[in-house]
Amino acid sequence: MIAPPPLVAVQDLVKHFAGERGWFGLGSPRAVVRAVDGVSFEIPPAQTLGLVGESGSGKTTTGRAILRLVEPDRGRVTVDGLDVLTLGPRELRALRRRMQIVFQDPYGSLNPRMTVRQMLAEPLAIHRIATGPDAERRIAALLEEVGLDPGFGRSYPHELSGGQRQRVGIARALSVEPQFLVLDEPVSALDVSVQAQVLNLLAELQQRRRLTYLFIAHDLAVVKHIADEVAVMYLGKIVERAPALALYAAPRHPYTTSLLSAVPVPDPTAQRNRIVLSGDVPSPMHPPPGCPFHPRCPHPKKNDRCRTEPPALRAVAPGQLAACHFAEEPL
Amino acid sequence: MTEPLLRVRDLKTYFVTEQGSGTARAVDGVSFDVRPGETLGIVGESGCGKTVTSLSILRLIPEPPGHIRPGSFIEFEGRNILTLEPKELRAVRGNQIAMIFQEPMTSLNPVFTVGDQIAEAAIVHQHLSRAAARRRAIEMLQLVGIPDPEERVDHYPHQMSGGMRQRVMIAMALVCHPKLLIADEPTTALDVTIQAQILELLERLQAELGMAVMLITHDLGVVAGTADRVVVMYAGQVVEQAPTVELFAHPVHPYTEGLLAAVPRLDAPSLSLRTGGRGRLHSIPGQVPAATAWPDGCRFHPRCPYAWDRCRAEEPPLLDASQGDAGTHTARCWLVTEPQRRTRRP
Repeated sequence: MIAPPPLVAVQDLVKHFAGERGWFGLGSPRAVVRAVDGVSFEIPPAQTLGLVGESGSGKTTTGRAILRLVEPDRGRVTVDGLDVLTLGPRELRALRRRMQIVFQDPYGSLNPRMTVRQMLAEPLAIHRIATGPDAERRIAALLEEVGLDPGFGRSYPHELSGGQRQRVGIARALSVEPQFLVLDEPVSALDVSVQAQVLNLLAELQQRRRLTYLFIAHDLAVVKHIADEVAVMYLGKIVERAPALALYAAPRHPYTTSLLSAVPVPDPTAQRNRIVLSGDVPSPMHPPPGCPFHPRCPHPKKNDRCRTEPPALRAVAPGQLAACHFAEEPL
Repeated sequence: MTEPLLRVRDLKTYFVTEQGSGTARAVDGVSFDVRPGETLGIVGESGCGKTVTSLSILRLIPEPPGHIRPGSFIEFEGRNILTLEPKELRAVRGNQIAMIFQEPMTSLNPVFTVGDQIAEAAIVHQHLSRAAARRRAIEMLQLVGIPDPEERVDHYPHQMSGGMRQRVMIAMALVCHPKLLIADEPTTALDVTIQAQILELLERLQAELGMAVMLITHDLGVVAGTADRVVVMYAGQVVEQAPTVELFAHPVHPYTEGLLAAVPRLDAPSLSLRTGGRGRLHSIPGQVPAATAWPDGCRFHPRCPYAWDRCRAEEPPLLDASQGDAGTHTARCWLVTEPQRRTRRP
């Protein structure tokens, strides 16, 4: 069987932010923040790639650079065969119909002065999809599809709960009938019982509309249940990428192993070997030489090579890539 | 059984809402004990009243709009905190009962060094000299695992990472060796590898200092790994309390049961939500009601899969659901008296 061509392909994506200048903008610029530093992956149609990492790992910047909500410095991004990074403003706007984003914070990402109906009507008008009674019908159908009573169209965001707002955020993204959604921590701000509702909704929508997801999250337990493939980021780089089953069953990078072991499990009788990493994530302004993870790495074989030679992301098992000199001897 | 260190009885903390349209009964008749040296987990979702409960214990509720209702009772080592004079209260607060908060950036003062902030409690409560308090601050920084404490003592909060700031908060809280530490979502704002460090630190310090910890969290995983006993709150009330192992093995209240089933678990096989077949996370339908209008009868009945007429009409008290010693496991649910009604959900 030949695999279908990927809907989304990202190659060697780079985004560096110039550090702020000292002395109120008059001094020399500080070091560069290497937010995204050579990230590559592909997502087949109607599949989900989970992109996980801790704060400052570059996962959010990666998602935004793909949509050109921040302009990447380098790299190549194609969505459904179209080269996203070379498009002019008009073509880019047309492409935005095919790719949308849902943000983490359902409080900050909805305009407090607009009703739900107005928020959903706007993209329909901008993309010349529908106006008037046709738009009203579509808005009612969208609200129903995300599990909200169409009566919510008259509500303002402050009248809604967190879960309801996130449903509105999803409806807004779906209004232009995209193929590809970047979901940036879509359930992190929600309570557990509501989080499950929204995750189930995202899964249903994906099946019904054959959507392709980039699911950005810090919660490895959530990603386990929704992703087909998982990429783990650390300091702007992907350190491991594998089908979800393989990654959770047999992680090859010591960072992945440590991250998995640190997730609290709701079972008081569980016997676990928790690996507690020492220290903080280093500043992305001054990433360590060699392997970026080496100062915190608990691998017993860690040696001078790790301190000097950056490990390449390489195939270590079928479909599984890891950037570790000792990936053949996982923790 | 040992005397409890803290005894909370029928605590009611209400707030007058802005529009004057009603009273938010944020905490509405909460009772529980904390025993010396134990870790009590208080679990619940946003708006259940867990933070207001902890703030009430330290009398940190702003009045107005809030007030603790007459009839409420909070006893710490035999004294009712709610009737203490301001001076007596100050001797307890920050000294015998200390608190750490979720957001270490907003809870630290940005214009003082961390050393000054840690030393303050030692100067106020223990009457140490400035020099002695500074030495104490350095010891505390060392105790909470901050490298180069002699240098770090002169740093400001913005010079530290989130994990470091939470360590500083813990150092501040523990400087007077409190008997009770109230930790309100102490790791929620932290990354998972840093969370593991802080939880390990709290566990070590608790063993070294022999204090009791009241751990307030929404994360059932954190509770499972740290608490001896758990209190589950919903809609301003305690709905279930039990030893941790028993609560996770035999949840009685349908809310506890639903919450446990809704957590996406790392230790369970993938639900493969996408493929539809096996894949659905259990969710609790509906939303948490507003604190100005709790439902009649059992407050969980509109979301409960088992509710029957009695649940809609009559509010259940905390009923004894213990399998072992009486009173160790209680639940606010009529199913305790009519267990046959716990049918398999549709």
